[in-house]
Amino acid sequence: MSYIRKTGQIAKAGSAKIGLAALSFALLLGASAVSAKTLVYCSEGSPENFTPALNTTGTSFDAARPIYNQLVEFERGSTKVVPALAESWTTSPDGLEITFKLRKGVKWHSVTGFKPTRDMNADDVLFSFDRQSKPDHPYAKISGGKYDYFADMGMTKLLKSLVKKDDYTIVMTLSEPNAPILANLAMDFASIHSAEYADALLKSGKPEQFDQVPVGTGPFSFITYQKDAVIRFKANKEFWGEKALIDDLVYAITPDPTARYSKLKANECQFAAYPRPADLAEMQKDPSLKVISQSGLNIAYWAFNVTKKPFDDKRVRQAMNMAIDKAAIMRDVYLGAGTAAINFIPPTLWSYNTAVKDYPYDPAKAQALLKEAGVTAPLEIDLWYMPVQRPYNPNAKRIAEMMQSDLAKIGVNAKLVTYEWGEYRKRAQQGEPTTVQLGWTGDNGDPDNFFFLRGCAAARPGGQNISKWCNEEFDSRLKKAATLTDPKERTKLYEEMQAIMKEDAPDMTIAHSIVFEVMRKEVEGYKQSPLGGHKFIGVDIK
Amino acid sequence: MLRFLLKRLALTIPTFVALMFVTFVAIRMVPGDPVEVRTGERGISPERLAQFRHEMGLDQPVWKQFVDYAWGLLHGDFGTSVVTNERVLTEFLQLFPATLELAFFGMVFAILIGIPAGVIAALKRGSIFDQTLMGLSLTGFSMPIFWWGLLLIMLVSERLGWTPVSGRIDLIKFYFEPVTGFMLIDSLLSDQAGAFKSALHHLMLPMIVLGTVPLATLARMTRSSMLEVLSEDYVRTAYAKGLSPFRVIGLHALRNALIPVVTIIGLQVGSLMAGAVLTETIFSWPGVGKWLIESIGRRDYPALQGGILLISSIVIVVNLTVDMLYGFINPRIRHGQ
Repeated sequence: MSYIRKTGQIAKAGSAKIGLAALSFALLLGASAVSAKTLVYCSEGSPENFTPALNTTGTSFDAARPIYNQLVEFERGSTKVVPALAESWTTSPDGLEITFKLRKGVKWHSVTGFKPTRDMNADDVLFSFDRQSKPDHPYAKISGGKYDYFADMGMTKLLKSLVKKDDYTIVMTLSEPNAPILANLAMDFASIHSAEYADALLKSGKPEQFDQVPVGTGPFSFITYQKDAVIRFKANKEFWGEKALIDDLVYAITPDPTARYSKLKANECQFAAYPRPADLAEMQKDPSLKVISQSGLNIAYWAFNVTKKPFDDKRVRQAMNMAIDKAAIMRDVYLGAGTAAINFIPPTLWSYNTAVKDYPYDPAKAQALLKEAGVTAPLEIDLWYMPVQRPYNPNAKRIAEMMQSDLAKIGVNAKLVTYEWGEYRKRAQQGEPTTVQLGWTGDNGDPDNFFFLRGCAAARPGGQNISKWCNEEFDSRLKKAATLTDPKERTKLYEEMQAIMKEDAPDMTIAHSIVFEVMRKEVEGYKQSPLGGHKFIGVDIK
Repeated sequence: MLRFLLKRLALTIPTFVALMFVTFVAIRMVPGDPVEVRTGERGISPERLAQFRHEMGLDQPVWKQFVDYAWGLLHGDFGTSVVTNERVLTEFLQLFPATLELAFFGMVFAILIGIPAGVIAALKRGSIFDQTLMGLSLTGFSMPIFWWGLLLIMLVSERLGWTPVSGRIDLIKFYFEPVTGFMLIDSLLSDQAGAFKSALHHLMLPMIVLGTVPLATLARMTRSSMLEVLSEDYVRTAYAKGLSPFRVIGLHALRNALIPVVTIIGLQVGSLMAGAVLTETIFSWPGVGKWLIESIGRRDYPALQGGILLISSIVIVVNLTVDMLYGFINPRIRHGQ
């Protein structure tokens, strides 16, 4: 069955007189009184499905975000963890047990063929986590059953048990104390799904529909998805939290950034994803558009493999840091859309150490340091660069060329190397390169989510610590900080770790990119998330 | 005629097998696999990688994967997308009407303008019209579709505001569930005032962009074929008999001149499909072309293999039909003369 909705449509009346009266009334009220507010978001691609736990791409997370809630969530526009479906929680003194008190009266959405008979409760929380953690769960293998984020965030090992105490109380037991766990639970993969809906579909023999026609508790309910074309949502009038200010949310799937920009100018959409850096200057001049920006929660770095000579010597790594003209890279490659990185975490992340100073650009001192380390010129090294553009690095090849030229000035001959993207990461993690460019985008706004990349556990062959740097002073603080719950104590440790890292220089921190968002002037109330991604709750059209 | 048909049909079988093989091998020669593409900077543990590769059958020798794939195809199974977990055939059938609608109107546009233009150019050989048309058709023929599409969007949609930028219908004003998948038909079925007009409006620019290359080819082909026919004895005889120029050209000359043009139309289906990949991307047209592009990026082997094979099958069938039609129009071909 199809339904018709036209903006500003006036209901047909039975007779001409009534019709005329209705028309006059509508005119008196003003057209806006009967207009539905629709926000069209020109998104960049099609979602794989609507279950975040199964996905790894921002495109799919964006598509599911209006529909779901998690136990805890990131406050809009920040990385602060706030209550959501869990109203409150308490942690046991040993940090191993977290008891969540669930919010009462939270309604599930209805979709064609399913009408919920009960509110959200502990069974739904159990279902959502059991599907990802128990291989024998009836839904574990549905839709491919790859729960990458659950595994990557260490939840498989960390989550010892999840027990329902009563309908509105859940006890989560961890295998070890872990401070970032709450931030993990605010991530998309931890979205809470309806167990009742899952059961109903299983009984009707259509469990795959669970991931295609989503049912959530979020501010918007799912209406339809026409493959590769459009996703439609409607404001959830029964939403437990801050109600949506628009009536309809439409994702118009528009993969080409030039087309997105054109559609925005023509008011065919009011918000466009990922503008092209080259278009930004023109967008900023356009009076009908609004461009906002924020430093991204990311880092681009040049890692030195400390297990390979001469990079096992701290002085050589420091020399590399001094040899590169970082300001030139910012100017010529980032074109103003980035800030030079001093620390391994961006300045927007809590515990950022402002006292740490970056290495100066000083080729003479770099040369002296190399000499002191007993390196004879010319030094032959390989310098790997990514074959693809990344959110934190617009052009790794150009940066590599600029580095190559800077290094030549201090007697270092860098051979540029690259591979297909998957192969590149695999080889880098195996520790094959001597020096290698890569980067990271934060998942949950916890410093641990960055620093674990230089921890000893990740320095094993195949691990994500591609500088293979294992520093006892750093690592002991990393481990300790993960077990503490007091943010002040954690901050102190992370600050110390940043100083250790700068001094020992396993990398040259290159940049944190700036993320831009573009929308029509009429769009109000949009808050950029430091974690990337898009959320339209609180957004209005004036 | 039956022998001719059987011979033609038999010839399509090796083409189909070769196509299946080339598609299968070519995709596997592209570095990276569907599991690694998913992981990004966070990487994947060797155990999980091995598990997923096993589940997808990627740990089998390539020849075994090919045999399994061919066996599935023989049973009408095009496989399941490793990204969406939907049947490849289901996904294809969901998206194909959009491509067909675009390709059909692209071709109608090319025929309606290309053939008359070619005829007029041939009749006015050497005139300014002829020279302009040939110049334009050469430009059209060598125009990069991507550039042409973006140029038209900037000029017609942005500057002049005559057509929408992209998509298939005004998403704010109209909403109805697809019935046939053809937006023009569905918009009529929806009973929503203005929906059909909006769908037509959205079709204009992509149709022109996709139809440009076939239009240029058809205009040139019609012109040269027409020139050849006009110098034939029977045309001179027809004029000598006192037939009106309209009858000579319309009945005698054009009918014969169109024989090679029909073949060209058949061959253009292949380029239409190739053009659709780009046109759909520029105009956010939710068809199989855009789907294939995304499948390459995601290394979705089953979707790519199935999609290319299905599109190629359509091209093969259309060409076969054209061959039949050609044989029907020109009996000399049919009888192998």
